[in-house]
Amino acid sequence: MTDTLRLTAEEAMGLIERSEASGAELHRAYLDAIGERDGELHAYLTTVEAAEGAGVPIALKDVISTKGVETTAGSKILAGYKPVFDSTVAACCKEAGLPLIGKTNLDEFAMGSSTENSAYGPTRNPWDPERVPGGSSGGSAAAVAGGLAPWALGSDTGGSIKQPAALCGLVGLRPTYGTVSRYGIVAFASSLDQVGPLTKTVRDAAFLYRIIAGRDPLDSTTVDLPEPVELPETEDLKGLRIGVPRELNEAEGIEPGVSEAVQRAIELCRELGAEVGETTLPRSVEFGMPCYYLIAPSEASSNLARYDGVRYGPRSGKGDIREMYMQTRDEGFGDEPKRRIMLGTYALSAGYYDAFYGQAQKVRTVIRDEFAAALEQFDVLISPTSPTVAFPLGAKTENPLAMYLSDVLAIPPNMAGLPGLSIPCGLSEGLPVGLQLIGPQFSENLLFRTGHALERAIGFDFVPERLR
Amino acid sequence: MAITRDEVLHVARLARLALTDEEVERLGSQLSAILEAVGKVAELDLADVEPTSHPLDLANVSADDESRPSLSADEVFANAPDREDDFFRVPPA
Amino acid sequence: MKWAPVIGLEIHIHLKTKTKMFCRCELEYGAEENSRTCPVCLAHPGTLPVPNARAIEMTILLGHALQCEVVERSVFHRKHYFYPDLPKGYQISQYDQPLCVNGRFALADGSEVGITRAHLEEDAAKNVHMGGSGGRIAGADRTLVDYNRAGTPLVEIVTEPDLRSSEQAKRFLQLLRQTVVELGISDAEMEKGSLRFDVNVSIRPEGSDELRTRTELKNMNSFNFAAKGIEREIKRQIGIYESGGEVEQETLHFDPGNESAPPLRSKEEAQDYRYLPEPDLVPLVPGRELVERLRGELPELPGARIARLADELDTDLAEGLVTSGRDRLFEQVPGERRAVANVLMNQWAATGVDPAAVDADELGKLIEARDRIPRAAFTEALEATGEPGFEAERYLADGQIEATADLEPLVEHVLAANPSQVDDYRGGKEGLLGFFVGQVMKETGGRANPKLVNELLREKLKA
Repeated sequence: MTDTLRLTAEEAMGLIERSEASGAELHRAYLDAIGERDGELHAYLTTVEAAEGAGVPIALKDVISTKGVETTAGSKILAGYKPVFDSTVAACCKEAGLPLIGKTNLDEFAMGSSTENSAYGPTRNPWDPERVPGGSSGGSAAAVAGGLAPWALGSDTGGSIKQPAALCGLVGLRPTYGTVSRYGIVAFASSLDQVGPLTKTVRDAAFLYRIIAGRDPLDSTTVDLPEPVELPETEDLKGLRIGVPRELNEAEGIEPGVSEAVQRAIELCRELGAEVGETTLPRSVEFGMPCYYLIAPSEASSNLARYDGVRYGPRSGKGDIREMYMQTRDEGFGDEPKRRIMLGTYALSAGYYDAFYGQAQKVRTVIRDEFAAALEQFDVLISPTSPTVAFPLGAKTENPLAMYLSDVLAIPPNMAGLPGLSIPCGLSEGLPVGLQLIGPQFSENLLFRTGHALERAIGFDFVPERLR
Repeated sequence: MAITRDEVLHVARLARLALTDEEVERLGSQLSAILEAVGKVAELDLADVEPTSHPLDLANVSADDESRPSLSADEVFANAPDREDDFFRVPPA
Repeated sequence: MKWAPVIGLEIHIHLKTKTKMFCRCELEYGAEENSRTCPVCLAHPGTLPVPNARAIEMTILLGHALQCEVVERSVFHRKHYFYPDLPKGYQISQYDQPLCVNGRFALADGSEVGITRAHLEEDAAKNVHMGGSGGRIAGADRTLVDYNRAGTPLVEIVTEPDLRSSEQAKRFLQLLRQTVVELGISDAEMEKGSLRFDVNVSIRPEGSDELRTRTELKNMNSFNFAAKGIEREIKRQIGIYESGGEVEQETLHFDPGNESAPPLRSKEEAQDYRYLPEPDLVPLVPGRELVERLRGELPELPGARIARLADELDTDLAEGLVTSGRDRLFEQVPGERRAVANVLMNQWAATGVDPAAVDADELGKLIEARDRIPRAAFTEALEATGEPGFEAERYLADGQIEATADLEPLVEHVLAANPSQVDDYRGGKEGLLGFFVGQVMKETGGRANPKLVNELLREKLKA
């Protein structure tokens, strides 16, 4: 009997290599675990009965188009929609022989930080089912942390991989923008969206990143990796300069327990041989959120214009085409997409472009320059991933701005197109704390190396205490 | 930065959202609060700063003019809410 | 007061690429509905555009032909509006950074029209409105959408308001059309919708350089209709100003059926397109090498050929030959220049024969002999010039009774049959010669060489 809670993807590969388990058997084991625990967690929207492929099974966030398998983006407006094509990352997984376990829950159109915005009901945190798993890739995070998948893919626009990884005690990589194809990923904010792995270990994340990364002729914004993905081996941090940006570590709202866990990790960096110093990002944190909440909703309002009830998805409304559009979209979109469509439409409408979207793009330049300066002095920057540990369901649903603040630390590097790796660095109040490692563009190998060494030194147990 | 009820209705029309009165009310006050927060970007004087529309400095990505197979009719209409012969059917435009 | 029209044009042409602008679906006019579609041009979730390299090259080539600057950096934008012909809810187009700017285009009359810009975009799908009368929008009970056309590469050319008459606008369009056809970048066929244009019209007092409120005429379906529509719009505006009114900015939909231009219902929020730099695409930075290579591919353009031909013909004839695509044939056909030009523009034009199918030397022989052959035979021969292996000789031989030996007995027969007219002629009524010629022609079914008949008759009647 496979202990799906404990099994890492790398260990699963070992089982398959040694013929101790087949891909199909593993697939079945995870479906069984889903049958046992997903009633409570609700990590999955769809499961796939037949195992296709001989490798380690995988769960995909439901923004990742999968041929013939319903893909809803957590929205009613895509209820019943079955893509007639595979997204490039889904095709990469197939090619690598990874059988699809199912599609995981998320905040509708990946808009949110708690997975409570799903039109199909919230996902719960395996560490404490009264709490959220984070979001928007909360389904993928809960699936891996709850032993319902050995690894999963999520997507990250403003922290949607890093933050749920942090809240569920997992490793999450938001890759450098442009290294993973967005073709077939239901779009939220095109200049920010990136797909990446949620895993139990840094090495698993590196394995999965290797499978999905690289230039895709179907996505004009992708590039070839400058160097092949390396699996991290080294267990020290000798020769590395690690910067602690003051604003990312002292931001308002960071819980003391989170700060303490991060401080201990920073100490560990020193012990592992890294040179640690303080640095500053004077405007990136203060202006990162406002910048993000102009750019992402503006692009979202545009990307969501295609949901019009003409070619796919449910249709409502009587009367003429205009009536049909208005009813279909009103009934199909939930509150959060509506808020962002409204905000983005307003920001792009006549007379406001320069003050909002245009200005936000300039702020983006400022943020980019600040990170570039900090990363000249240091190889890797370090901070908490999220200011808080997992919060109770319903705690922030009435106040969108409070919810948005959950990503205040994850957003700034995203605006600069930088990769970020979140690894668990301890517990606060019995709940996981995430550590964010930020490097220059295309520095994933460096982040894997740093994360791997810290992971070994920290010795975090990724199996939720209550399930051990 | 407060957004008026008329502005909410105008934006909703632009975005083709038939909001209920309750939604107009609620979204209106939430939008005002969010706009207040994001309006902060105006505090920076960035007249001489170039905008970043893309995290990577890429240019000239294109594909050769070589055709690839289109979808079959079954695939084209697999998810269609309504169809007439080989057309998508919609209410009168 | 005398009024002067101010006219500007916006022209859309479909590019003749193999595939669409942002996906690789094949372009095929008249294909089964929705059979040339894919997840990208149907705007399925998550799909992304990839620009067609050939379409970019064609636009640069056109930019050269219009003497435009090809910019160093061009960006695609999203232009938003909701309509079922627009699958993504936005059109990918170029907005404030078009590929080609600041050009000019010389007309045959020596005037120059400024080209504001030429930019690249994608066409919308085709809507068919059903249930109303005759496919009109009003009264339709449903709309059917065919996305085959969605994503067809489209170049929009915008001129400065430099045109001063409907005739000049028409000639501009004819010359532009011929230019894009010869560049090989478009079929530019109005019936297929691969050439469409809108006209902006305003008027001002003659001698003034003010710009007054303009109206936009849409849905022009031929150059002649456009010219008529512009004429009528100029008159309408003059009427308004002269009765003390003001012209309102509006879009007029030209209906060739009743030749009137009723205002289009103005679309609510039509102006608020919420332009957004297309985040799924990266900028175009046309390398100087590419730009110069394409400049080198430019053939001699119609405008230049008109100027060259105008030296030996008059301008109208030169312009007519070039814009009808017959000037290259003209240059190959031997013979007296003006005569060749006139035949090509008149009798030969009426045959509809493809200039490319014609043997110029044979056509030259035919034109040279045109006064010696009966009209009907000449026309018949012209119609055959497009047939493979056409030989003028055969028509000249078959069609004409050229030999004196053949005609002499006929002439003698006619004279013998009309003795009193012969007497009258010899008595001084020389006008009767025409009568005798007519009789001979009648006898020969019109095939006698008239010149020869004349000579023979004169000679016989002298005796």
